[in-house]
Amino acid sequence: MRLLAAGDPLFADGLDFGIVLIVIVKTVVTFALLLVLVLFYIWFMRKVIADMQNRIGPARAGGRFGILQTLADGIKLFFKEQSVPDSADPFVFRLAPYLSIIPAFLAFSIIPIGGEVSMFGHETYLQLADPEIGVLFLLAMSGIGLYGVMLAGWASGSKYPLLGSVRASAQMLSYEAAFGLAVVAVLLHAGTLSTRGIVNAQAWTSWDSFATSWYWTVAVVSFAIFLVAAIAETNHPPFDLVEAEQELVGGFVTEYTGMRFAIFFLAEFMNLITMSAIAVTLFLGGPSGPALGFLPADGTVNVWLMPVFWFFAKLLFLLFCTVWVRASLPRLRYDQLMDLGWKWLIELAFLAVMVTAVVLVGRDEGWNRWVVVPASIAGAVAVLGALRLCMPKRSELVEEEA
Amino acid sequence: MGLFQGFGVTLKQMFKPRLTTPYPDAKRPKPPRFHGRHVLNRYDDGMEKCIGCELCAGVCPARCIYVRGADNPPDAPVSPGERYGFVYEINYLRCIHCDMCVEACPTEAITETKLFEFSFTNREDAIYTKTELLVDDDGRARRQPWEFWMGDEDDHTSAWMRATAPSGAVGYEDRVVWSEELGFGYRDPERGQHTAADAEDHTTNDAEDAS
Repeated sequence: MRLLAAGDPLFADGLDFGIVLIVIVKTVVTFALLLVLVLFYIWFMRKVIADMQNRIGPARAGGRFGILQTLADGIKLFFKEQSVPDSADPFVFRLAPYLSIIPAFLAFSIIPIGGEVSMFGHETYLQLADPEIGVLFLLAMSGIGLYGVMLAGWASGSKYPLLGSVRASAQMLSYEAAFGLAVVAVLLHAGTLSTRGIVNAQAWTSWDSFATSWYWTVAVVSFAIFLVAAIAETNHPPFDLVEAEQELVGGFVTEYTGMRFAIFFLAEFMNLITMSAIAVTLFLGGPSGPALGFLPADGTVNVWLMPVFWFFAKLLFLLFCTVWVRASLPRLRYDQLMDLGWKWLIELAFLAVMVTAVVLVGRDEGWNRWVVVPASIAGAVAVLGALRLCMPKRSELVEEEA
Repeated sequence: MGLFQGFGVTLKQMFKPRLTTPYPDAKRPKPPRFHGRHVLNRYDDGMEKCIGCELCAGVCPARCIYVRGADNPPDAPVSPGERYGFVYEINYLRCIHCDMCVEACPTEAITETKLFEFSFTNREDAIYTKTELLVDDDGRARRQPWEFWMGDEDDHTSAWMRATAPSGAVGYEDRVVWSEELGFGYRDPERGQHTAADAEDHTTNDAEDAS
């Protein structure tokens, strides 16, 4: 218990029935929120991509703007037959979708959606869980989510799903390193793993907070790497080699039908939303933002509403960016994917962590930061250049093969 | 940096007009020479134009037209001439909408509307008889329940023959030489098929042909 909900003041005075009830309500609300966010996101994605291609997009289900299109798709999939191929491993085949969706949901539970509020006389955070291990929990869940994809491909008893899942595991392992290192830079700044702690460290004090206290400026390289690696981790375009239709039919979902098929996509979009929410938490200050000045600082609007509003505004911005990327970039070739992951992102993320560490140590020791910052950056660039020089050129590699 | 130019392109598109027509709610205008399903026309006085000569059936490359002529009953003639189309059937499972029946027809009895949105649930519905093909008392095509009509745009006959008659001679473009039709009177040809320069060229060529 302590491990899972360390920071939350809800558990400060021990447990009683009311507290359990609050936790249950928060669980249900979080789950429903994530599902509704997925429904909204898929509709939003289709609409924005349509806009970017001079089309209209969904326009029939749910009024002029087709807002219920995703729901209609979901209902259709729900009533479709769920077939299991003869060559499949039936138990694992049925298990895989749940292995995929449960971590996707669990990962979202650590996101701070709002501030600290009072609920039925109990002080609590607007967030399902605030474990001490915080961000590590997210990394663990995104690692477990990989099993769903891998086992789905393996248990299908079919070639293309297997190839798709092999790609998925290779890709997610490759980018997990860069992803983790990008997170480390923020952890160094915040000095805590707890998401609530990270958000509190980025609290809004004045309009300067946008640049000075949110971590996206001090860890701008890590932020960029995080966004790229997060999209790669969730297998979304332009990193959707797992489902490259031209090469792999449907990838690991080829043999899936009906609700199990839908669950995979639910999990995939949940992961994307979770990643965007984590990016908001780590780099964009989470729910912090300017309160309404003319209202009392402890009033309902400023305590309950404004943090939630700012969280969703930032989330929406990042989700729009993912759609924008999806509409703009073609899918990477497999060697480009591996090059980007291993030869660029991991190095850059690692160097960013080093520079951050040096700068932070320099700050603690009271060194002159106008020397420390340029010097450490110059050192990092030099190391990067040296590494690039050591790498064989593509032409050399091709010659060796010939 | 091509990468970032791409982002600019997609963002710019968001503010441009949409190209999609929301199809079942709205149709975009069809081209002037569009070939759709046929109608059998009638004269202004309600008489049928078809004389049962079977030229359309003879010219049809898909063999989808079946015509039988019969002598007009003297006390209640169906068409102005000696004979009339007693049976007239078009099998739309075979028809390729080439419009050659329209070109062959000596009395402009058969023309094509611009309607192409019709589908059947059985083969018998695909064979249109005179009941379905003959225009109604307003001179408009009879609208079958399995056809998707909207507005009166689909009523327009294919403009090719109308703009070039007789016999497809381009020199007659924009000149009405067709006979009157029930409900429509003399229909104006649809314009805009040629540039002015084109039209002049073709006029001279056809004049030579005619001489």
